[in-house]
Amino acid sequence: MSSMATARKSWGDAPWQLWWSQLGAIFQIEVKKAIWMRRSIWIYLVAFGPTFLIALHAIVDHASVGVGIPVDTEMMATIFQVYYLRLGIFFGCLGLFTWLFRGEVVEKSLHYYFLSPMRREVLVLGKFVAGVAASTVIFGTSVLLSFVFMYGHYGAAGRDYVYHGPGLGQLMAYLGVTVLACIGYGSVFMALSLVFKNPILPGLFMLLWETFHAVLPSWLQKLSITFYLKQLSPVTLAPDGIMALFTVIAEPVPAWLAVGGLLCLSVAILLLARILIRRMEISYLAD
Amino acid sequence: MSTEIKEIVFDNVSKFYGEVLGVNRVNLTIPPGVTSLVGPNGSGKTTLMNLMTGLVRPTQGSITVLGLTPQQPEEFFRHVGYCTQFDSFPKGVTGFEFVFQSLLLRGITRVQANQLAWEAIDRVGLREAALRKVAGYSKGMRQRIRLGQSIAHHPTVLVLDEPLNGLDPMARAETIALFEALGKEGMHVILSSHVLHEVDKISDQVVLMSFGYVVAEGKIHGVRSEVKEHPMQILVRCDAPNRLASRLFSQDHVVEAKLNNDGRGVLIRTRDADEFYMILNKIVVEDNITLETVAPADDDVNSVYQYLVGGAGGGGTV
Repeated sequence: MSSMATARKSWGDAPWQLWWSQLGAIFQIEVKKAIWMRRSIWIYLVAFGPTFLIALHAIVDHASVGVGIPVDTEMMATIFQVYYLRLGIFFGCLGLFTWLFRGEVVEKSLHYYFLSPMRREVLVLGKFVAGVAASTVIFGTSVLLSFVFMYGHYGAAGRDYVYHGPGLGQLMAYLGVTVLACIGYGSVFMALSLVFKNPILPGLFMLLWETFHAVLPSWLQKLSITFYLKQLSPVTLAPDGIMALFTVIAEPVPAWLAVGGLLCLSVAILLLARILIRRMEISYLAD
Repeated sequence: MSTEIKEIVFDNVSKFYGEVLGVNRVNLTIPPGVTSLVGPNGSGKTTLMNLMTGLVRPTQGSITVLGLTPQQPEEFFRHVGYCTQFDSFPKGVTGFEFVFQSLLLRGITRVQANQLAWEAIDRVGLREAALRKVAGYSKGMRQRIRLGQSIAHHPTVLVLDEPLNGLDPMARAETIALFEALGKEGMHVILSSHVLHEVDKISDQVVLMSFGYVVAEGKIHGVRSEVKEHPMQILVRCDAPNRLASRLFSQDHVVEAKLNNDGRGVLIRTRDADEFYMILNKIVVEDNITLETVAPADDDVNSVYQYLVGGAGGGGTV
């Protein structure tokens, strides 16, 4: 039998039904944990902090009909690129994804998963997808509300900008980039949590890497999540002063390549996580 | 698939945690029935169980359970249930959710998981508390719900690490009865304990461990008879212990005959138990002695453990 035929046979013989059921079960358990756990409160604060400020801005500026849609569009883009991408989603994903496995080790409950008739790859995938779903719900809602507050107080002019101008496309792009950011950062932080007991130091390293990747050689820039994300942001910010560090795109790539590059990078990191989880042993005392 | 193989086999298995020895060169074949792993803290019991279930990997050697390995998890964990000694649970779950969720992870339907969960909860006697949060359970209840979780999927191999810890006397008796019943159903029940007199009652075979090594294994009586340097002690209660003692003491294999204080029994120490039983029959018939009981006095896990490993044991624990 040729290797292709063998691969096709083993593909066909794989217990897909079982894997799907197990993925569904992990997803339910983990999403519930991630969204409702008490230690997620700070993630909600990080996510909805700017939303609150933008809502305040909408209320305060309502009487003077704001400072103008173009200015607010730039403000929204700045908040998204500088706060959401660099800080909010970054730290939110750090908290959520490192806890997916690290939390189980700290609470000594990972062995329940390991003693299930489940491939560890299925566990990694299930937890990752649940993490992406939870972080997307939290940060997607935050971005959506921020956008609504940013343009809502303009009344008919705001609606016109959203439905008949570039607004709706920008919103879709913001939400899409949010999902991609959760996928990219999530994969990195989940893998890091399988290597390091304390994710703070590697998290800080990651923050520096993501912040200063623009000054690195071109091939190293491609190993940064933000490299892809900022290319997909719908509004380009002027590279003025210190802001250039966050906004300059030294080597622009097409959107499809940015999306593909980020997904490829994430898949590569997940494959690394797969190797790490297969080698993992339960020794809570050592942790 | 090879579940026709009925044994659990350790083939030259060693496990080191860095430079610390877990177990060393273990060669072991465990047949169906109740098997007890006995040894003091740090003797390697938990390591052996973790190796068996794939929670840790051997540094050297291989382990198969009914011919399967944890590298085939879908098949392996359909047959294996493990109640670890970790007294921990996923956060915020009720007893029912704990069992139910672990069944869902097995890929079975919600209806079936619901039915199996209640069945297991009933078996460990926790129906009334099942909908309460596990965090509010007593230690014994937590132990029982973990036991319920490990048997809910009807495993054929049940591994239990110190399963009697924290149970009150009533629950202990019920749990021991449950293990006996499971063993009689043809299951492998492998349990570790340091309460020797309890495992002695229910074990079909024992594995004695010390400092990471298997010191002895097999049926307890077989293990005892192999301990040649310690003569067997047999207590005979009868109506003429003096006469019996004098007749027996003339036998070469009898090294001691000690009269009981109550004057109704004699404790014999013999190097050849089979020969002793034959000669006892003869003496009883010839001297017309009425026997009340004849019972081995040190043919139990506790004594065997003391002879082979040393240590406490007198109080029933090691």
